[in-house]
Amino acid sequence: MGEKVLMKGNEAIAEAAIAAGCRHFFGYPITPQTEVAAYMSKRMPKIDGVYLQAESEVASINMVLGAGAAGVRVMTSTSSPGVSLMAEGISYLAGSDVPCLIVNVQRGGPGLGGIQPSQADYHQATKSTAHGDFHILVFAPSTVQETVDMISTAFDLGDKYRMPAMVLSDGMLGQMMEPVVLPEPREPDNDSKDWAACGHGGKRKHNVVNSLYINPQDLEDLVVARYKRYEEIKENHQMAEEYLTDDAEIIIVAYGSSSRVSRSAIDAARKQGIKVGMIRPITLWPFPEKFIEKHIDHTKVFLSVEMSMGQMVDDVRLVVNGKVPVEFYGRTGGIIPTPKEVLEQIVKLNGGVQ
Amino acid sequence: MFPLENRVTVVCGHYGTGKTNLSINLALDCARHGEDVTLVDLDVVNPYFRSADYAEVLTANGVEVVGPNFANTNLDTPSLPGAVRGVISGGSRVIVDVGGDDAGATALGVYSNTLRDVDPDVIYVINRYRSMTTHAEEAVEILGEIERTSRLKATCIANNSHLKQGTTETTILESVGFADDVSSITGLPLRFTTVPRPLDVNLLNKIPNIYPVDVHVRAPWE
Repeated sequence: MGEKVLMKGNEAIAEAAIAAGCRHFFGYPITPQTEVAAYMSKRMPKIDGVYLQAESEVASINMVLGAGAAGVRVMTSTSSPGVSLMAEGISYLAGSDVPCLIVNVQRGGPGLGGIQPSQADYHQATKSTAHGDFHILVFAPSTVQETVDMISTAFDLGDKYRMPAMVLSDGMLGQMMEPVVLPEPREPDNDSKDWAACGHGGKRKHNVVNSLYINPQDLEDLVVARYKRYEEIKENHQMAEEYLTDDAEIIIVAYGSSSRVSRSAIDAARKQGIKVGMIRPITLWPFPEKFIEKHIDHTKVFLSVEMSMGQMVDDVRLVVNGKVPVEFYGRTGGIIPTPKEVLEQIVKLNGGVQ
Repeated sequence: MFPLENRVTVVCGHYGTGKTNLSINLALDCARHGEDVTLVDLDVVNPYFRSADYAEVLTANGVEVVGPNFANTNLDTPSLPGAVRGVISGGSRVIVDVGGDDAGATALGVYSNTLRDVDPDVIYVINRYRSMTTHAEEAVEILGEIERTSRLKATCIANNSHLKQGTTETTILESVGFADDVSSITGLPLRFTTVPRPLDVNLLNKIPNIYPVDVHVRAPWE
């Protein structure tokens, strides 16, 4: 392990991807994500990698599909409106079983929205990224260090299950600076994907990477097989952090920046003697159902705190299934809830000021 | 110590070395000394964490803030207000907080003629823990890019080495050699080393020219 350095979240994403052996980046600048591309444009030429600023997000994601189909570790990064533009390509990647990393440094929406931080792309990332029956892996870091560690996990699991992985960050995590220790760099591995269309050299049958199926039965079989893989992922790869949940009567569910705010609010509430804790999803898909399920019996109420009008709260409600109330508090449009606001919600749920 | 020499001080450096936090401290110190002081936020490249975001604490303490139009809004590239030139040529104390690297220094270049007329102190801020400038040679290279773009020459170095919330006495002690190296390669004097309060008390006799600072630039949950 190396020395601690100060890095901006966006730079850390880029450097961590390089350390994970990624040498192919295709993207298009958009605030508050642009530092990822800017950093890659400086670093990739020095390490024999490819940095290409495409003419649009649509072009970027299709370049990702091409590079991924050839078996190399490839990524793109963008912010909210850019993901919408990439939707078709992401569906093609999923439909072709091509792994890649997509980073979304979320900003306020809908539409052009704004450049301040947001978490309003939760539904897009976890449920309706694009057309067709499919999922992508979705990871939600809450610190710059966790972002660094998560990039390599996202690449590895994407490769293992042959599917796109997304790191769902937000403008605050992308722009803020924190001390990080970078991982030991890994060499690129371009040869281990035996399904890749990278030239058979006359030594094997040629590989086809494709998402078009003429026969509906073939397509159904393939999608069903893919969903079996999704079940395996749900079983084995749910990730979450629990904070002071053992005796908690109120459990906040929050990810990313809103979990940082919630943690400060929880610490303040604990000083007032309120038994409150947090489940912080680290994977958003698969949603960490198991972590929530085991607390339903001793918890009086769940509170989903988000930088949106309430999206993840739907998943919490599905897991809790009406057994206890699930409340919501959020700010949107680029506004981050303050620890004071969240504390007020906690106090209210605890029955008001005692 | 009070580290400012000339009426106009320009604070420049690599992204994330802590220029904004230093600028806020310098401006607040000037105000505390009873001076009329204006903080000019020239950062047009950074969407978040800019001087203009801290206008409330600054103006409450008597610092006038001149920031880009639409700073801290959803505008990607804010424009610079006409008032900047007048403030630089005026009579009162001015601190100019510049955006990072040569990209940020482009906005400074716009005012290079006006600035040269008033003989500014140009402080190059360094942070030994900031990725891409952890070696003295890298810090010197970025200074060259900033000087070319801004068409101004740095007059001194400020060692602002820190690891944000992870800053300890050792963090700062171990940065002094790096700062000395940057100083000797560039031939520029090391004007001061910043130390976040309350760490300054214990480091007072261990490091020359300590400038104690408060940490204003924080994440919303800190």
